Amino acid sequence: MKSLGNIRREFAPWNKPDAKPYIQFKNVTKRFGDFTAVNNLSLSIYEREFFALLGASGCGKSTLLRMLAGFEEPTSGQILLDGQDLRGIPPYRRPVNMMFQSYALFPHMTVEQNIAFGLKQDGMPKAEIEQRVTDMLKLVKLGQFAKRKPHQLSGGQRQRVALARAVAKRPKVLLLDEPLGALDKKLREETQFELMDLQQTLGLTFVVVTHDQEEAMTMADRIAILDKGEVMQVATPAEVYEAPGSRFVADFVGNINMFEGKVADRDSSGATITSANGVTIRTANAGDAAAGSEVAFAIRPEKIKVSSKKPENGDNVMEGEIYDIAYLGDMTIFHVQLGNGQVVKASSLNATRATEDPLSWDDKAWISFRNDAGVVLTR
Amino acid sequence: MNSSWSRFNITAIVLGFAFLYLPIVLLVIFSFNESKLVTVWGGFSTKWYVSLFHNQGLMDAAWVTIRVGLISATMATVLGTLAALALTRYTRFRGRVLFSGMVFAPLVMPEVITGLSLLLLFVAVGLDRGFFTLTLAHITFSMCFVAVVVQSRLVTFDRSLEEAAMDLGAPPVKTFFQITLPVILPAIISGWMLAFTLSIDDLVISSFTSGPGATTLPMKIYSQVRLGVTPEINAACTILIAIVACGVIAASLVNKRREVQRLRDEQAAQRG
Repeated sequence: MKSLGNIRREFAPWNKPDAKPYIQFKNVTKRFGDFTAVNNLSLSIYEREFFALLGASGCGKSTLLRMLAGFEEPTSGQILLDGQDLRGIPPYRRPVNMMFQSYALFPHMTVEQNIAFGLKQDGMPKAEIEQRVTDMLKLVKLGQFAKRKPHQLSGGQRQRVALARAVAKRPKVLLLDEPLGALDKKLREETQFELMDLQQTLGLTFVVVTHDQEEAMTMADRIAILDKGEVMQVATPAEVYEAPGSRFVADFVGNINMFEGKVADRDSSGATITSANGVTIRTANAGDAAAGSEVAFAIRPEKIKVSSKKPENGDNVMEGEIYDIAYLGDMTIFHVQLGNGQVVKASSLNATRATEDPLSWDDKAWISFRNDAGVVLTR
Repeated sequence: MNSSWSRFNITAIVLGFAFLYLPIVLLVIFSFNESKLVTVWGGFSTKWYVSLFHNQGLMDAAWVTIRVGLISATMATVLGTLAALALTRYTRFRGRVLFSGMVFAPLVMPEVITGLSLLLLFVAVGLDRGFFTLTLAHITFSMCFVAVVVQSRLVTFDRSLEEAAMDLGAPPVKTFFQITLPVILPAIISGWMLAFTLSIDDLVISSFTSGPGATTLPMKIYSQVRLGVTPEINAACTILIAIVACGVIAASLVNKRREVQRLRDEQAAQRG
C-alpha cells in the first residue's frame, strides 16, 4: 500500500493534458441586483482533489460554493459536474453535500438522527442506515455521543457531527464552508490533518472555502485565490507562495516586501531592477519582464538575511538600521529601515536559544539576499 | 450594588402590587361570601360555586366560549403562521411593506371599529350572525397576534438548517415539516395560547358579531352585571382567574425547566 505522502506527491492531474476535470465552472457570472459576486469565472477541479477557494470576505468564494450546492443559480455561464450540466437541478437532487459554516445541525434531533437524516431521504433500508450511522460515528470518534442533542456537544464535537452528516451519503463532492472557522487554534490544527486523512480514506473530491490562508496551504492540493469575483491565480500552495502571479496574490498570501520599479537591464541570466526609491536589485527570476517595463520585485521576509556586519559576499546587500523587532518565539521579525526610508521586513529562525549576534533597536544592520530569492511581478 | 430593602423600594412594590391585584383579590374574597349582598361580608361559604354550576345560562355561555376559543385559536394559528412565513421568507415580492402593515394593523385598531366593520360585512354578505360569524371574527383579530409571535421567532431562525436539509436530499415540503415546523413549534404553541386567551376574554368584537344562541361568557357576565353583580358572577370570575393563572404558571415552569436543563447540558458539554 502506498503511503499518504506518495499518493499526495504523485497526485497532479492538473498537469496532465488528457485529464478530464470533474467540476467545471465555465464563464460563470452571478449578480445580486447591481452587485456582481462572481464575474465571468472559469475554473476546473479534478476528481479526488482537495481544492481550496481562498479570499477575503465578499470575494465571491461562498457564492461559488452555494452555486455548486444548488442554493443559487448562476446568472450566466455553466457549471458541469462529471460532464453533467447542473443548471435547474435543485439542491436535493445534486450528488454533492455541504458542511455548513454554522454546522446547521438540526437542534431537535440527536447526533444519530442528524447523521441518518440524509440516508432516510434516499429511502435506504433501516438496517443499512443503522450500520452506516455506526460507521460514521466511528469515523469521527463520536460513538458514545450518539444519543446526545447538538446543544449538549462542544464546538469540536459539533463540527465532527456536521462532517459525519455531510459524508454519510457518500457524495461525489463534499463542499466545506469555513469548516474550521469556529474552532480555536489548537483544535483547528488537529482537525486540519483529520480532514486530510478523511479525504484520502473516502477518496472524495473536497472543495473548501476559507479566508484562512494557513488552513488552505496546509490542506489543499491546489488553491484558487479570488478577488472581487475573479480568479487571481490557481496553483499548488508552494507555487502560490513562491511564484505568485500578481502583486495581489503576493501581497494576499503571507508576508512580502515589494520594491516597485523598472527593469533597467535584461539579459539571459536575469534582470537588474531599479526601484523608484533608488534601490538596485539583481535577480535571476525575471519571468517575461521586458527591459524598461514597470514591475515589482517581491521577496519574502524569511529569504532576507539580517546581520550586524557587512556580509562578505551576497548578490544583493543593503545597509540599514533596525527600526522595529517582533519576537515571536520561534522566529524574530526585524523591520529594517533602508537609507532611502523604505522599511524591509526580514525574519530569522531562532534556531538556538541565544544568538551570538544580538541586534537591537536603532542598531546598524545589513540585509542581504540571493539573486534567486525573489520574484518579479509584471501584473 | 445595594440590594437591601429600602423604605422607598418597599413602598413602591406594595403600591404597585396593590394597584394591580387589589380589585382581583377583592373579587376572589367576595366570591366566598355567604351574604347575597356583594359588598357586605357575611361569612365564608362556597354555595355560590354550587349554584354557579346549576346556572344553565352561564354554563352554556362557558361552553360557547371554549368552543369558539379552540376553533378560532387553531385557525388563527394556521393562518398567522402562514402569514409570518410569507412575510419573513419572500422578502422580495411586490407590496410586501403594504402587506405586512396590513397584517399588523388590527393590533392597534380600536376593537369597536373591528367589530363594527365585521358586523357590516356579515350583514352585507347576508350571513346570519351566530356561532359561525363569532368564530370568524375571533380568527380575524387573533391571527395577527399569532403572526407577530411566529414572525419574531422566524427572524432568528437559521436558514442554513433548511438548506442543510435540502442539501441532504429533502424536498422543500418535507424540509418544512421535518425541520422548520419542529424548530419553530414553541413559538407556534405560544401563539396559539395567546390567540386562545384573547378569544376567551373578548367582549367588544363578540358583542358586534354574535347572534342568538352564541353568547360568550364575557358577554353573559357583562349583561348580568348590568342587572346587578351577584356573588355567582364573582365565583365564575374566580374560576376563570384560576384557570388562567394555572396555565401561565405551568407554561413558565415548563420553560424554566427546559432552560435549566439546557444550561446544565451546555456546561456538561463544555467540560467535555
